[in-house]
Amino acid sequence: MTFDLETAANPQGLRRVAIDPVSRVEGHGKVTLLLDADDRVHQVRLHIVEFRGFEKFIQGRPYWEVPVMVQRLCGICPVSHHLAASKAMDQIVGARKVTPTADKIRRLMHFGQILQSHALHFFHLCSPDLLFGFDSDVAKRNIVGVAQAHPDIAKRGVLLRKYGQEVIRMTAGKRVHGTGSVPGGVNKSLAESERAALLKDVYQMIAWSRDAVRLVKELFEKNLAFYEAFGRFRANSLCLVRGDGAMDLYHGGLRARDADGKTLFDHVEYSTYWDYLLEDVKPWSYMKFPFLRSLGPDEGWYRVGPLARVAGCDFIPTPLADRERQDFLAYDGGNAAGATLGYHWARMIEMLHAAEGIKDLLHDDDITGSELMTRGERAGRGIGMIEAPRGTLIHHYRVNEDDQVVRANLIVSTTHNNQAMNEAIRQVARQYLDGKKLTEGLLNHIEVAIRCFDPCLSCATHALGRMPLAVELVDADGRVVDELARGGDE
Amino acid sequence: MVETKPRKLRIATTSLAGCFGCHMSFLDIDERLFDLVELVEFDRSPITDIKHCGRCDVGIIEGGVCNAENVHVLREFRVNCKILIAIGACALNGGLPAQRNHLDLRDCLQEVYATEASLSSGGIPNDPELPLPLDKVHPLHEVVKIDYFLPGCPPSGDAIWRFVNDLLAGRTPRLPHELMHYD
Repeated sequence: MTFDLETAANPQGLRRVAIDPVSRVEGHGKVTLLLDADDRVHQVRLHIVEFRGFEKFIQGRPYWEVPVMVQRLCGICPVSHHLAASKAMDQIVGARKVTPTADKIRRLMHFGQILQSHALHFFHLCSPDLLFGFDSDVAKRNIVGVAQAHPDIAKRGVLLRKYGQEVIRMTAGKRVHGTGSVPGGVNKSLAESERAALLKDVYQMIAWSRDAVRLVKELFEKNLAFYEAFGRFRANSLCLVRGDGAMDLYHGGLRARDADGKTLFDHVEYSTYWDYLLEDVKPWSYMKFPFLRSLGPDEGWYRVGPLARVAGCDFIPTPLADRERQDFLAYDGGNAAGATLGYHWARMIEMLHAAEGIKDLLHDDDITGSELMTRGERAGRGIGMIEAPRGTLIHHYRVNEDDQVVRANLIVSTTHNNQAMNEAIRQVARQYLDGKKLTEGLLNHIEVAIRCFDPCLSCATHALGRMPLAVELVDADGRVVDELARGGDE
Repeated sequence: MVETKPRKLRIATTSLAGCFGCHMSFLDIDERLFDLVELVEFDRSPITDIKHCGRCDVGIIEGGVCNAENVHVLREFRVNCKILIAIGACALNGGLPAQRNHLDLRDCLQEVYATEASLSSGGIPNDPELPLPLDKVHPLHEVVKIDYFLPGCPPSGDAIWRFVNDLLAGRTPRLPHELMHYD
């Protein structure tokens, strides 16, 4: 089955327009549109154009290398992969329950990452669209332009991100690609001096995060009909929730709901994910298309990430963020919570939750404890799941008796949102582009819709590709240093 | 006497077969970003909407070369940038993505797209819109001349700040021992 606007009935004679690369997102992606002579849109696709092959080349590596290796999938959310792999490897080393210190240091690291990633995405990457307009001057539509026009907003964004990065540095050892979490626990806890340094600024971070929620709310208020309609579509949703239904970004059971909010499954033990989820492959993207097994590929696709989590949980276990959640869900009769641009609002609510969560953990003495590691009976299979900034992340490994990884399956957050992002940009194409002369500003509408999902396209490129063509790579001196893979999958 | 402000240097940045971690480290200069934009302006970069590199003083590239599009972008940078800097492990030696260099591409594809247990349908993506993958991942200097190499996975924000400041001041960049590292 193909979806409306996925594949043109007669591509011959249609004009191709490409947005290449999609900018102000993480990773490599492009959008192609096929248009007829009257500028009617016939096909819209988001392509993930790169590949890595992590699942294959980590085979044979020792399991204890994996948490450090796989975070190189992504420099924006390395902590997600670091922790999902650690949770999987906990099972390999038989650490059924890590120590309270290890659990809380990992949670602190994760909150630090949610804070920095959400701040980066909102302030550095998306705020120019929202503050200046989707079709504003391309020369100003970036963080430098924001720094000139709204220096206070830009400065807060930079300092919120800095704080999150400092939390990561103190728990993981480095701001990007740290080493703090290991199979069975962590290798460091927080020193009192580090705790004091983080406590000093945490209340400011909470206040600024609240302001950020209000900023998004004001943007909605100013332009409500447009914000709610932009790229809107109906979808199922998927997220992890705690046993009592609370938002829990570090651990929980799987909950899926349909577009009307009806629960499809709840508190599913995530190690059985393959009973509930399947993936499809389409020839035009390296990113796979997951769906809920019970509903099938046509009806079973879903969205993940801040919007799915804020709407999907029963409550947020920190008071300020929960109040904002209730406000968001009730706003305009619940319509804002179904909007694609509602992702930004939900994301800022989560940023507030992360800031509050950091504060609570900094007041917990376990974070300076010295019981760091646990071990138990060795196992051959480990599955780790976590709510990364962009959504549900699955790491699944098999390890042999020589401690080598023999099989790996990674389903990253952005992959879950693949069909949802394609639906959003097709809806934007119908709403604003169809029949119009395309301008840079109109094309940016497509990118604005993609940015709502905060896609991590480098995470999403963990697979390899091979094409039926041959091309030579020639170096600066004219020598052939490589040739492209030739021959397709005949 | 009229004081003339020196023109801003123009910088382009991109990530090829990398993870964006070096760009994150660039942003780890934190509030010094506001000092930097007094001296430089950004051309093509993941933080702007400029899609092609124009004439620039400095180009900064993270990531190695893994497909035809990477080669194309790298050459566009070389043609347009007076100074080209390779930043991070992947740009310098291929890095982690180059771990696939000892494997057969077909096996990898088969494994990922055709044999996963959770897949409902197989098939290796082969649309012409997808750039051709190289069968090996290459460091940048195997394809174009590189003027400076900044190691690290990623180099720290402080190292990048020091490096860029030396360049802006017209000095040959030199990193003190504590800022030079490869992890």
